[in-house]
Amino acid sequence: MDNTPLLEATGLVRHYGRHPGVADIDLSVAPGDVVGLLGVNGAGKSTILQLLAGTLAPHAGRIRIAGHDLARAPSRAKRHIGYLAERPALYGELTVDESLDLAARLQQIPRAARLDAVASAKHDTGLADIGRRLVGGLSKGTAQRVGLAQAIVHRPALLLLDEPTSGLDPSQLRGMRELIARLSADHAVILSSHLLAEIQAVATRTVIVAGGRIVLDGPMSDDETRWIEMTCLRAPAPDALTGFTEIQAAEPMGAGRVRLRGAPGTDIRARVVELSVIHNWGLVGLRASGNDLEHRFMTATGQTPARHEARP
Amino acid sequence: MSATLAIMRLETRRLFVSPLSWVLAAMTQLLTGLLFVMTLTDIQNNPNALADAGGVTVFVAGGLMRFVTLILLLVVPLLTMRSIAEERKQGTWPWLVASPIGTSALVAGKFFGVMGYLTLIWALTAAMPAALAVFSPLDMGILAAGLIGLWLMMASFAALGLLASAMTREPSLAAVITLTAILLAWLAYAVSAIDWQPVVFDHALDIAGMIRGASPIGHLDSLLRGLFTTADLVYFAVFVLACLALTVLRLDAERR
Repeated sequence: MDNTPLLEATGLVRHYGRHPGVADIDLSVAPGDVVGLLGVNGAGKSTILQLLAGTLAPHAGRIRIAGHDLARAPSRAKRHIGYLAERPALYGELTVDESLDLAARLQQIPRAARLDAVASAKHDTGLADIGRRLVGGLSKGTAQRVGLAQAIVHRPALLLLDEPTSGLDPSQLRGMRELIARLSADHAVILSSHLLAEIQAVATRTVIVAGGRIVLDGPMSDDETRWIEMTCLRAPAPDALTGFTEIQAAEPMGAGRVRLRGAPGTDIRARVVELSVIHNWGLVGLRASGNDLEHRFMTATGQTPARHEARP
Repeated sequence: MSATLAIMRLETRRLFVSPLSWVLAAMTQLLTGLLFVMTLTDIQNNPNALADAGGVTVFVAGGLMRFVTLILLLVVPLLTMRSIAEERKQGTWPWLVASPIGTSALVAGKFFGVMGYLTLIWALTAAMPAALAVFSPLDMGILAAGLIGLWLMMASFAALGLLASAMTREPSLAAVITLTAILLAWLAYAVSAIDWQPVVFDHALDIAGMIRGASPIGHLDSLLRGLFTTADLVYFAVFVLACLALTVLRLDAERR
Protein backbone atom coordinates (compact mmCIF):
# COMPACT_ATOMS: atom_id res chain seq x y z
CA MET A 1 0.00 0.00 0.00
CA ASP A 2 1.52 3.31 -0.98
CA ASN A 3 1.59 6.28 1.31
CA THR A 4 -0.38 8.84 -0.64
CA PRO A 5 -3.55 9.52 1.28
CA LEU A 6 -6.81 8.61 -0.40
CA LEU A 7 -8.32 11.87 0.59
CA GLU A 8 -6.58 15.01 1.58
CA ALA A 9 -8.57 18.09 2.50
CA THR A 10 -6.79 21.21 3.64
CA GLY A 11 -8.20 24.44 5.02
CA LEU A 12 -11.78 23.92 3.88
CA VAL A 13 -14.11 26.84 4.52
CA ARG A 14 -17.75 27.10 3.63
CA HIS A 15 -20.02 29.84 4.94
CA TYR A 16 -23.71 30.41 4.47
CA GLY A 17 -24.17 34.10 3.93
CA ARG A 18 -22.67 35.72 7.00
CA HIS A 19 -23.12 32.63 9.09
CA PRO A 20 -19.91 30.61 9.17
CA GLY A 21 -20.80 27.05 8.21
CA VAL A 22 -17.56 25.14 8.54
CA ALA A 23 -14.01 26.46 8.74
CA ASP A 24 -10.43 25.20 8.94
CA ILE A 25 -11.30 21.65 8.05
CA ASP A 26 -8.16 19.55 7.57
CA LEU A 27 -8.76 15.90 7.04
CA SER A 28 -6.67 13.10 5.65
CA VAL A 29 -7.88 9.58 5.05
CA ALA A 30 -5.65 6.64 4.23
CA PRO A 31 -6.76 3.36 2.63
CA GLY A 32 -8.35 1.16 5.28
CA ASP A 33 -9.44 3.99 7.54
CA VAL A 34 -12.95 4.04 8.92
CA VAL A 35 -13.47 7.58 10.09
CA GLY A 36 -16.42 8.43 12.29
CA LEU A 37 -17.54 12.02 11.96
CA LEU A 38 -19.24 12.83 15.21
CA GLY A 39 -21.10 15.93 16.22
CA VAL A 40 -24.42 17.24 17.42
CA ASN A 41 -27.07 18.11 14.83
CA GLY A 42 -26.05 21.28 13.04
CA ALA A 43 -22.36 20.93 13.89
CA GLY A 44 -21.41 20.83 10.21
CA LYS A 45 -21.03 17.10 9.54
CA SER A 46 -23.26 17.10 6.48
CA THR A 47 -21.61 20.21 5.09
CA ILE A 48 -18.19 18.56 5.39
CA LEU A 49 -19.41 15.45 3.59
CA GLN A 50 -21.05 17.53 0.88
CA LEU A 51 -17.80 19.40 0.36
CA LEU A 52 -15.91 16.11 0.08
CA ALA A 53 -18.50 14.66 -2.29
CA GLY A 54 -18.30 17.73 -4.53
CA THR A 55 -21.95 18.71 -4.25
CA LEU A 56 -20.88 21.91 -2.53
CA ALA A 57 -17.80 23.89 -3.50
CA PRO A 58 -15.58 25.14 -0.66
CA HIS A 59 -15.06 28.88 -0.38
CA ALA A 60 -11.43 28.24 0.51
CA GLY A 61 -9.14 25.24 0.73
CA ARG A 62 -8.65 22.28 -1.55
CA ILE A 63 -9.55 18.63 -1.73
CA ARG A 64 -7.52 15.92 -3.40
CA ILE A 65 -9.00 12.49 -3.89
CA ALA A 66 -6.68 9.70 -5.00
CA GLY A 67 -4.31 12.38 -6.28
CA HIS A 68 -6.95 14.27 -8.30
CA ASP A 69 -7.98 17.78 -7.38
CA LEU A 70 -11.74 17.84 -6.85
CA ALA A 71 -12.06 21.38 -8.19
CA ARG A 72 -9.80 20.99 -11.24
CA ALA A 73 -10.55 17.41 -12.32
CA PRO A 74 -13.96 16.75 -10.77
CA SER A 75 -14.87 13.79 -12.96
CA ARG A 76 -11.65 11.91 -12.26
CA ALA A 77 -11.79 12.66 -8.54
CA LYS A 78 -15.48 11.77 -8.14
CA ARG A 79 -14.93 8.37 -9.69
CA HIS A 80 -13.20 7.31 -6.48
CA ILE A 81 -16.07 8.32 -4.23
CA GLY A 82 -19.31 6.63 -3.34
CA TYR A 83 -21.69 9.06 -1.68
CA LEU A 84 -24.77 8.24 0.35
CA ALA A 85 -26.53 11.46 1.26
CA GLU A 86 -28.57 11.94 4.39
CA ARG A 87 -31.67 11.36 2.32
CA PRO A 88 -30.75 8.46 0.03
CA ALA A 89 -31.22 9.25 -3.66
CA LEU A 90 -34.00 6.89 -4.64
CA TYR A 91 -36.33 6.97 -7.60
CA GLY A 92 -39.50 5.33 -6.33
CA GLU A 93 -40.62 4.49 -9.86
CA LEU A 94 -37.56 2.35 -10.65
CA THR A 95 -36.93 -1.21 -9.54
CA VAL A 96 -33.89 -2.09 -7.45
CA ASP A 97 -32.15 -3.52 -10.54
CA GLU A 98 -32.92 -0.43 -12.59
CA SER A 99 -31.66 1.87 -9.83
CA LEU A 100 -28.36 0.02 -9.67
CA ASP A 101 -28.07 -0.11 -13.44
CA LEU A 102 -28.58 3.66 -13.49
CA ALA A 103 -25.88 4.09 -10.86
CA ALA A 104 -23.51 1.92 -12.92
CA ARG A 105 -24.23 3.93 -16.05
CA LEU A 106 -23.70 7.24 -14.26
CA GLN A 107 -20.35 5.90 -13.05
CA GLN A 108 -19.60 5.01 -16.67
CA ILE A 109 -18.93 1.35 -16.01
CA PRO A 110 -18.46 -0.30 -19.41
CA ARG A 111 -21.44 -2.28 -20.65
CA ALA A 112 -19.68 -5.64 -20.34
CA ALA A 113 -18.91 -5.12 -16.66
CA ARG A 114 -22.21 -3.52 -15.71
CA LEU A 115 -24.21 -6.65 -14.96
CA ASP A 116 -21.46 -8.06 -12.77
CA ALA A 117 -21.06 -4.76 -10.93
CA VAL A 118 -24.78 -4.62 -10.20
CA ALA A 119 -24.89 -8.25 -9.09
CA SER A 120 -21.92 -7.85 -6.78
CA ALA A 121 -23.31 -4.64 -5.23
CA LYS A 122 -26.62 -6.43 -4.64
CA HIS A 123 -24.84 -9.39 -3.13
CA ASP A 124 -22.82 -7.22 -0.75
CA THR A 125 -25.85 -5.32 0.48
CA GLY A 126 -28.14 -8.32 0.74
CA LEU A 127 -30.49 -7.22 -2.03
CA ALA A 128 -29.97 -10.21 -4.31
CA ASP A 129 -33.54 -11.49 -3.92
CA ILE A 130 -35.46 -8.27 -4.42
CA GLY A 131 -33.96 -6.96 -7.67
CA ARG A 132 -37.35 -6.71 -9.33
CA ARG A 133 -39.12 -4.86 -6.52
CA LEU A 134 -40.01 -1.18 -6.94
CA VAL A 135 -37.85 1.05 -4.78
CA GLY A 136 -40.89 3.12 -3.80
CA GLY A 137 -42.42 0.17 -1.96
CA LEU A 138 -39.41 -0.82 0.15
CA SER A 139 -39.09 -0.41 3.90
CA LYS A 140 -36.84 2.33 5.15
CA GLY A 141 -34.01 -0.04 6.09
CA THR A 142 -34.09 -1.81 2.72
CA ALA A 143 -34.29 1.50 0.88
CA GLN A 144 -31.24 2.63 2.80
CA ARG A 145 -29.44 -0.51 1.63
CA VAL A 146 -30.37 0.32 -1.97
CA GLY A 147 -28.84 3.75 -1.45
CA LEU A 148 -25.70 2.09 -0.16
CA ALA A 149 -25.63 -0.35 -3.08
CA GLN A 150 -25.86 2.60 -5.48
CA ALA A 151 -22.87 4.15 -3.72
CA ILE A 152 -20.67 1.05 -3.99
CA VAL A 153 -21.60 -0.20 -7.46
CA HIS A 154 -18.41 1.22 -9.01
CA ARG A 155 -16.28 -0.03 -6.09
CA PRO A 156 -15.00 3.38 -5.02
CA ALA A 157 -11.93 3.60 -2.84
CA LEU A 158 -13.72 5.93 -0.46
CA LEU A 159 -17.29 5.79 0.83
CA LEU A 160 -18.94 8.91 2.22
CA LEU A 161 -21.95 7.96 4.31
CA ASP A 162 -24.05 10.74 5.79
CA GLU A 163 -26.02 9.45 8.77
CA PRO A 164 -26.46 5.98 7.26
CA THR A 165 -28.34 4.67 10.28
CA SER A 166 -30.76 7.49 10.95
CA GLY A 167 -34.38 6.47 11.14
CA LEU A 168 -33.75 2.72 11.21
CA ASP A 169 -35.31 0.36 13.72
CA PRO A 170 -32.98 -1.62 16.03
CA SER A 171 -32.76 -4.71 13.82
CA GLN A 172 -32.22 -2.70 10.64
CA LEU A 173 -29.69 -0.70 12.60
CA ARG A 174 -27.70 -3.77 13.45
CA GLY A 175 -27.87 -4.98 9.86
CA MET A 176 -26.62 -1.66 8.57
CA ARG A 177 -23.84 -1.62 11.15
CA GLU A 178 -22.68 -5.08 10.12
CA LEU A 179 -22.89 -4.08 6.48
CA ILE A 180 -20.71 -1.02 7.01
CA ALA A 181 -18.21 -3.10 8.96
CA ARG A 182 -18.12 -5.61 6.09
CA LEU A 183 -17.69 -2.90 3.46
CA SER A 184 -14.91 -1.28 5.42
CA ALA A 185 -12.74 -4.28 4.63
CA ASP A 186 -12.47 -3.14 0.99
CA HIS A 187 -13.28 0.55 1.17
CA ALA A 188 -12.12 3.44 3.28
CA VAL A 189 -15.18 4.95 4.90
CA ILE A 190 -16.12 8.30 6.35
CA LEU A 191 -19.43 8.10 8.13
CA SER A 192 -21.22 10.73 10.11
CA SER A 193 -23.56 10.30 13.00
CA HIS A 194 -24.80 12.13 16.02
CA LEU A 195 -25.03 8.81 17.84
CA LEU A 196 -21.91 7.88 19.76
CA ALA A 197 -22.72 4.18 19.73
CA GLU A 198 -22.80 4.08 15.93
CA ILE A 199 -19.35 5.56 15.63
CA GLN A 200 -18.01 3.38 18.41
CA ALA A 201 -19.33 0.26 16.73
CA VAL A 202 -17.57 0.67 13.40
CA ALA A 203 -15.03 3.47 13.31
CA THR A 204 -11.28 3.09 13.73
CA ARG A 205 -10.83 6.82 14.06
CA THR A 206 -13.03 9.56 15.45
CA VAL A 207 -13.28 13.10 14.20
CA ILE A 208 -15.39 15.26 16.45
CA VAL A 209 -16.98 18.31 14.89
CA ALA A 210 -18.41 21.17 16.90
CA GLY A 211 -19.43 24.62 15.73
CA GLY A 212 -18.20 23.92 12.20
CA ARG A 213 -14.67 23.03 13.28
CA ILE A 214 -12.83 19.81 13.92
CA VAL A 215 -12.16 19.79 17.65
CA LEU A 216 -10.68 16.33 17.93
CA ASP A 217 -9.16 13.87 15.48
CA GLY A 218 -7.74 10.72 16.93
CA PRO A 219 -7.71 6.94 16.75
CA MET A 220 -10.28 4.86 18.58
CA SER A 221 -8.25 2.84 20.99
CA ASP A 222 -9.47 0.75 23.86
CA ASP A 223 -6.55 0.19 26.17
CA GLU A 224 -5.18 3.67 26.77
CA THR A 225 -8.53 4.99 27.71
CA ARG A 226 -10.02 2.67 30.30
CA TRP A 227 -11.91 4.80 32.71
CA ILE A 228 -13.47 3.53 35.88
CA GLU A 229 -16.21 5.11 37.86
CA MET A 230 -16.23 4.95 41.65
CA THR A 231 -18.93 6.03 44.05
CA CYS A 232 -17.90 7.00 47.59
CA LEU A 233 -19.72 8.24 50.66
CA ARG A 234 -16.88 10.67 51.30
CA ALA A 235 -15.42 11.34 47.91
CA PRO A 236 -11.90 12.82 47.99
CA ALA A 237 -11.02 15.91 45.98
CA PRO A 238 -9.73 15.20 42.44
CA ASP A 239 -6.44 16.88 43.25
CA ALA A 240 -5.93 14.49 46.13
CA LEU A 241 -6.66 11.52 43.85
CA THR A 242 -4.21 12.44 41.14
CA GLY A 243 -1.64 12.72 43.86
CA PHE A 244 -1.44 8.91 43.85
CA THR A 245 1.01 7.64 41.25
CA GLU A 246 -1.36 5.00 39.85
CA ILE A 247 -4.14 7.48 39.09
CA GLN A 248 -3.43 9.62 36.07
CA ALA A 249 -6.65 11.55 35.81
CA ALA A 250 -9.68 12.12 37.97
CA GLU A 251 -12.84 13.97 37.40
CA PRO A 252 -15.75 14.58 39.76
CA MET A 253 -19.18 13.71 38.43
CA GLY A 254 -21.23 14.90 41.40
CA ALA A 255 -23.11 12.97 44.11
CA GLY A 256 -19.97 11.24 45.32
CA ARG A 257 -19.10 9.81 41.92
CA VAL A 258 -15.64 10.24 40.43
CA ARG A 259 -14.18 9.03 37.14
CA LEU A 260 -10.63 7.74 37.30
CA ARG A 261 -8.09 6.67 34.73
CA GLY A 262 -4.92 4.73 35.33
CA ALA A 263 -1.82 4.40 33.18
CA PRO A 264 -2.49 2.84 29.75
CA GLY A 265 -2.93 -0.89 29.98
CA THR A 266 -3.24 -1.07 33.77
CA ASP A 267 -6.24 -1.98 35.86
CA ILE A 268 -6.37 0.25 38.88
CA ARG A 269 -9.55 -1.12 40.43
CA ALA A 270 -7.81 -3.25 43.07
CA ARG A 271 -5.59 -0.33 43.99
CA VAL A 272 -8.58 2.01 44.33
CA VAL A 273 -10.27 -0.39 46.78
CA GLU A 274 -7.04 -0.50 48.76
CA LEU A 275 -6.74 3.28 48.83
CA SER A 276 -10.36 3.64 49.85
CA VAL A 277 -9.82 1.43 52.86
CA ILE A 278 -6.65 3.23 53.85
CA HIS A 279 -8.10 6.73 53.48
CA ASN A 280 -11.63 5.92 54.62
CA TRP A 281 -13.50 7.17 51.51
CA GLY A 282 -16.43 4.86 52.14
CA LEU A 283 -16.34 3.19 48.71
CA VAL A 284 -19.78 1.84 47.79
CA GLY A 285 -19.50 1.31 44.05
CA LEU A 286 -16.81 0.64 41.46
CA ARG A 287 -17.31 -0.18 37.81
CA ALA A 288 -15.59 0.18 34.49
CA SER A 289 -16.92 3.28 32.81
CA GLY A 290 -17.87 1.92 29.40
CA ASN A 291 -18.35 4.90 27.21
CA ASP A 292 -15.06 6.60 26.74
CA LEU A 293 -16.08 8.16 23.45
CA GLU A 294 -18.96 9.90 25.14
CA HIS A 295 -16.52 11.36 27.56
CA ARG A 296 -14.17 12.51 24.84
CA PHE A 297 -17.08 13.98 22.94
CA MET A 298 -18.33 15.91 25.95
CA THR A 299 -14.88 17.22 26.72
CA ALA A 300 -14.09 18.14 23.13
CA THR A 301 -17.34 19.99 22.69
CA GLY A 302 -16.86 21.72 26.06
CA GLN A 303 -19.81 20.18 27.84
CA THR A 304 -18.07 19.04 31.05
CA PRO A 305 -15.59 20.65 33.43
CA ALA A 306 -12.02 20.07 32.40
CA ARG A 307 -10.21 17.00 33.68
CA HIS A 308 -7.77 17.15 36.47
CA GLU A 309 -4.78 15.57 34.83
CA ALA A 310 -1.85 14.51 36.91
CA ARG A 311 1.19 16.58 36.21
CA PRO A 312 4.10 14.44 35.10
CA MET B 1 -21.59 10.97 -24.01
CA SER B 2 -22.54 7.78 -22.21
CA ALA B 3 -23.41 9.86 -19.14
CA THR B 4 -25.74 12.03 -21.21
CA LEU B 5 -27.38 8.87 -22.52
CA ALA B 6 -27.78 7.54 -18.99
CA ILE B 7 -29.52 10.71 -17.84
CA MET B 8 -31.66 10.72 -20.98
CA ARG B 9 -32.73 7.13 -20.32
CA LEU B 10 -33.57 8.00 -16.74
CA GLU B 11 -35.60 11.01 -17.78
CA THR B 12 -37.49 9.07 -20.45
CA ARG B 13 -38.12 6.22 -18.08
CA ARG B 14 -39.45 8.51 -15.37
CA LEU B 15 -41.71 10.24 -17.87
CA PHE B 16 -43.16 7.05 -19.28
CA VAL B 17 -43.96 5.46 -15.94
CA SER B 18 -45.70 8.59 -14.73
CA PRO B 19 -49.46 8.83 -15.26
CA LEU B 20 -49.11 12.58 -15.74
CA SER B 21 -47.25 12.23 -19.04
CA TRP B 22 -49.75 9.70 -20.40
CA VAL B 23 -52.68 11.93 -19.46
CA LEU B 24 -50.93 14.90 -21.06
CA ALA B 25 -50.30 12.93 -24.26
CA ALA B 26 -53.91 11.73 -24.35
CA MET B 27 -55.23 15.24 -23.72
CA THR B 28 -53.05 16.64 -26.49
CA GLN B 29 -54.33 13.97 -28.87
CA LEU B 30 -57.94 14.63 -27.93
CA LEU B 31 -57.68 18.38 -28.44
CA THR B 32 -55.66 18.27 -31.66
CA GLY B 33 -57.88 15.47 -33.00
CA LEU B 34 -61.00 17.54 -32.34
CA LEU B 35 -59.48 20.54 -34.07
CA PHE B 36 -58.42 18.36 -37.01
CA VAL B 37 -61.94 16.99 -37.46
CA MET B 38 -63.42 20.45 -37.10
CA THR B 39 -61.08 21.80 -39.77
CA LEU B 40 -62.03 19.00 -42.16
CA THR B 41 -65.73 19.65 -41.50
CA ASP B 42 -65.10 23.30 -42.20
CA ILE B 43 -63.52 22.47 -45.56
CA GLN B 44 -66.45 20.22 -46.46
CA ASN B 45 -69.05 22.87 -45.64
CA ASN B 46 -67.14 25.74 -47.07
CA PRO B 47 -64.74 24.56 -49.84
CA ASN B 48 -64.15 28.07 -51.17
CA ALA B 49 -62.30 29.11 -48.03
CA LEU B 50 -59.42 26.82 -49.06
CA ALA B 51 -58.31 29.03 -51.93
CA ASP B 52 -58.21 32.12 -49.70
CA ALA B 53 -56.20 30.30 -47.02
CA GLY B 54 -53.54 29.22 -49.53
CA GLY B 55 -54.27 25.54 -50.03
CA VAL B 56 -55.17 22.53 -47.95
CA THR B 57 -51.70 22.08 -46.41
CA VAL B 58 -51.48 25.58 -44.97
CA PHE B 59 -55.12 25.50 -43.93
CA VAL B 60 -55.04 22.17 -42.13
CA ALA B 61 -51.41 21.66 -41.04
CA GLY B 62 -50.69 25.30 -40.29
CA GLY B 63 -53.78 25.69 -38.14
CA LEU B 64 -53.16 22.43 -36.35
CA MET B 65 -49.55 23.22 -35.48
CA ARG B 66 -50.36 26.72 -34.32
CA PHE B 67 -52.90 25.11 -32.01
CA VAL B 68 -50.31 22.63 -30.72
CA THR B 69 -47.99 25.48 -29.71
CA LEU B 70 -50.87 26.69 -27.54
CA ILE B 71 -51.25 23.25 -25.96
CA LEU B 72 -47.49 23.23 -25.31
CA LEU B 73 -48.17 26.15 -23.01
CA LEU B 74 -49.74 23.65 -20.66
CA VAL B 75 -47.70 20.52 -21.43
CA VAL B 76 -44.11 21.80 -21.30
CA PRO B 77 -44.23 23.44 -17.84
CA LEU B 78 -45.66 20.25 -16.36
CA LEU B 79 -42.90 18.18 -17.98
CA THR B 80 -39.90 20.33 -17.22
CA MET B 81 -40.87 21.07 -13.63
CA ARG B 82 -40.11 17.42 -12.91
CA SER B 83 -36.69 17.33 -14.45
CA ILE B 84 -34.63 19.42 -12.01
CA ALA B 85 -36.87 21.08 -9.41
CA GLU B 86 -38.59 17.84 -8.49
CA GLU B 87 -35.31 15.95 -8.28
CA ARG B 88 -34.11 18.58 -5.84
CA LYS B 89 -37.25 18.20 -3.82
CA GLN B 90 -37.12 14.40 -3.67
CA GLY B 91 -33.44 14.46 -2.76
CA THR B 92 -32.00 12.71 -5.81
CA TRP B 93 -30.27 15.77 -7.21
CA PRO B 94 -27.17 15.76 -4.92
CA TRP B 95 -26.52 12.17 -5.94
CA LEU B 96 -26.52 13.10 -9.63
CA VAL B 97 -24.19 16.02 -8.87
CA ALA B 98 -21.85 13.77 -6.87
CA SER B 99 -21.52 11.32 -9.78
CA PRO B 100 -18.65 11.88 -12.19
CA ILE B 101 -20.68 13.55 -14.93
CA GLY B 102 -20.30 17.17 -15.84
CA THR B 103 -23.12 19.67 -15.47
CA SER B 104 -23.33 20.13 -19.25
CA ALA B 105 -23.80 16.40 -19.80
CA LEU B 106 -26.44 16.38 -17.08
CA VAL B 107 -28.38 19.25 -18.62
CA ALA B 108 -28.04 17.81 -22.12
CA GLY B 109 -29.38 14.47 -20.90
CA LYS B 110 -32.35 16.17 -19.23
CA PHE B 111 -33.06 18.19 -22.37
CA PHE B 112 -32.97 15.25 -24.74
CA GLY B 113 -35.07 13.20 -22.32
CA VAL B 114 -37.84 15.79 -22.38
CA MET B 115 -37.43 16.18 -26.15
CA GLY B 116 -37.89 12.44 -26.60
CA TYR B 117 -41.34 12.71 -25.07
CA LEU B 118 -42.20 15.90 -26.96
CA THR B 119 -41.07 14.26 -30.20
CA LEU B 120 -43.69 11.58 -29.62
CA ILE B 121 -46.39 14.26 -29.36
CA TRP B 122 -44.85 15.90 -32.43
CA ALA B 123 -45.05 12.66 -34.43
CA LEU B 124 -48.65 12.06 -33.40
CA THR B 125 -49.53 15.60 -34.46
CA ALA B 126 -47.71 15.17 -37.77
CA ALA B 127 -49.62 11.96 -38.49
CA MET B 128 -52.92 13.82 -38.79
CA PRO B 129 -52.19 16.17 -41.71
CA ALA B 130 -49.90 13.52 -43.25
CA ALA B 131 -52.88 11.14 -43.35
CA LEU B 132 -54.57 13.55 -45.76
CA ALA B 133 -51.96 12.60 -48.38
CA VAL B 134 -54.03 9.49 -49.09
CA PHE B 135 -56.96 11.59 -50.27
CA SER B 136 -55.47 14.81 -51.54
CA PRO B 137 -52.17 16.05 -52.96
CA LEU B 138 -50.26 17.88 -50.21
CA ASP B 139 -47.50 20.44 -50.46
CA MET B 140 -44.81 18.39 -48.74
CA GLY B 141 -42.43 21.36 -48.59
CA ILE B 142 -44.86 23.42 -46.55
CA LEU B 143 -45.69 20.44 -44.35
CA ALA B 144 -41.99 19.71 -43.70
CA ALA B 145 -41.16 23.36 -42.96
CA GLY B 146 -44.08 23.53 -40.53
CA LEU B 147 -43.06 20.31 -38.78
CA ILE B 148 -39.46 21.44 -38.44
CA GLY B 149 -40.75 24.71 -37.02
CA LEU B 150 -43.00 22.94 -34.53
CA TRP B 151 -40.14 20.71 -33.35
CA LEU B 152 -37.83 23.70 -32.93
CA MET B 153 -40.58 25.47 -31.01
CA MET B 154 -40.87 22.47 -28.70
CA ALA B 155 -37.10 22.53 -28.19
CA SER B 156 -37.19 26.24 -27.29
CA PHE B 157 -39.98 25.79 -24.78
CA ALA B 158 -38.27 22.73 -23.28
CA ALA B 159 -34.97 24.62 -22.88
CA LEU B 160 -36.84 27.54 -21.30
CA GLY B 161 -38.62 25.14 -18.96
CA LEU B 162 -35.33 23.52 -17.90
CA LEU B 163 -33.90 26.94 -17.09
CA ALA B 164 -36.94 27.69 -14.92
CA SER B 165 -36.65 24.26 -13.30
CA ALA B 166 -33.02 24.94 -12.44
CA MET B 167 -33.94 28.15 -10.67
CA THR B 168 -36.07 26.66 -7.91
CA ARG B 169 -36.60 23.57 -5.78
CA GLU B 170 -40.36 23.93 -5.92
CA PRO B 171 -41.79 22.07 -8.94
CA SER B 172 -45.01 24.07 -9.01
CA LEU B 173 -43.05 27.30 -8.97
CA ALA B 174 -40.91 26.06 -11.88
CA ALA B 175 -44.13 25.33 -13.81
CA VAL B 176 -45.52 28.81 -13.10
CA ILE B 177 -42.27 30.47 -14.21
CA THR B 178 -42.23 28.47 -17.45
CA LEU B 179 -45.89 29.17 -18.13
CA THR B 180 -45.36 32.89 -17.57
CA ALA B 181 -42.32 32.96 -19.85
CA ILE B 182 -44.14 31.19 -22.69
CA LEU B 183 -47.23 33.39 -22.22
CA LEU B 184 -44.94 36.42 -22.42
CA ALA B 185 -43.60 35.12 -25.73
CA TRP B 186 -47.17 34.84 -27.00
CA LEU B 187 -48.07 38.26 -25.65
CA ALA B 188 -45.02 39.81 -27.31
CA TYR B 189 -46.12 38.30 -30.59
CA ALA B 190 -49.65 39.67 -30.18
CA VAL B 191 -48.42 43.12 -29.17
CA SER B 192 -46.10 43.27 -32.18
CA ALA B 193 -49.17 43.58 -34.41
CA ILE B 194 -49.62 47.15 -33.11
CA ASP B 195 -47.99 49.61 -35.46
CA TRP B 196 -45.99 51.85 -33.19
CA GLN B 197 -42.80 53.48 -34.45
CA PRO B 198 -41.59 56.21 -32.09
CA VAL B 199 -38.91 58.54 -33.38
CA VAL B 200 -35.75 58.58 -31.25
CA PHE B 201 -32.77 60.73 -32.35
CA ASP B 202 -34.32 61.19 -35.80
CA HIS B 203 -34.65 57.46 -36.33
CA ALA B 204 -37.96 55.69 -36.48
CA LEU B 205 -37.66 52.71 -34.15
CA ASP B 206 -39.51 49.65 -35.36
CA ILE B 207 -40.45 48.48 -31.88
CA ALA B 208 -43.10 46.10 -33.12
CA GLY B 209 -40.62 44.46 -35.47
CA MET B 210 -38.07 44.10 -32.71
CA ILE B 211 -40.54 42.50 -30.33
CA ARG B 212 -41.67 40.13 -33.04
CA GLY B 213 -38.08 39.24 -33.76
CA ALA B 214 -37.40 38.49 -30.10
CA SER B 215 -40.37 36.18 -29.61
CA PRO B 216 -40.10 32.57 -30.85
CA ILE B 217 -43.76 32.62 -31.93
CA GLY B 218 -43.08 35.02 -34.79
CA HIS B 219 -40.28 32.85 -36.11
CA LEU B 220 -42.59 29.86 -36.22
CA ASP B 221 -45.08 31.89 -38.22
CA SER B 222 -42.99 32.11 -41.35
CA LEU B 223 -42.07 28.41 -41.12
CA LEU B 224 -45.75 27.48 -40.91
CA ARG B 225 -46.33 29.44 -44.14
CA GLY B 226 -43.60 27.36 -45.74
CA LEU B 227 -40.94 30.04 -45.62
CA PHE B 228 -37.77 28.25 -44.58
CA THR B 229 -35.06 30.80 -43.80
CA THR B 230 -31.67 30.45 -42.15
CA ALA B 231 -32.48 33.40 -39.90
CA ASP B 232 -35.34 31.54 -38.21
CA LEU B 233 -33.27 28.41 -37.87
CA VAL B 234 -30.38 30.31 -36.32
CA TYR B 235 -32.80 32.12 -34.02
CA PHE B 236 -34.14 28.85 -32.62
CA ALA B 237 -30.65 27.34 -32.28
CA VAL B 238 -29.40 30.40 -30.39
CA PHE B 239 -32.50 30.47 -28.19
CA VAL B 240 -32.16 26.80 -27.20
CA LEU B 241 -28.40 26.94 -26.65
CA ALA B 242 -28.65 30.16 -24.62
CA CYS B 243 -31.30 28.69 -22.33
CA LEU B 244 -29.30 25.49 -21.83
CA ALA B 245 -26.08 27.41 -21.21
CA LEU B 246 -27.83 29.58 -18.62
CA THR B 247 -29.16 26.39 -16.99
CA VAL B 248 -25.62 25.00 -16.72
CA LEU B 249 -24.36 28.29 -15.29
CA ARG B 250 -27.20 28.40 -12.77
CA LEU B 251 -26.53 24.83 -11.61
CA ASP B 252 -22.78 25.44 -11.32
CA ALA B 253 -23.36 28.64 -9.38
CA GLU B 254 -25.55 26.75 -6.95
CA ARG B 255 -22.59 24.76 -5.64
CA ARG B 256 -20.64 27.91 -4.88
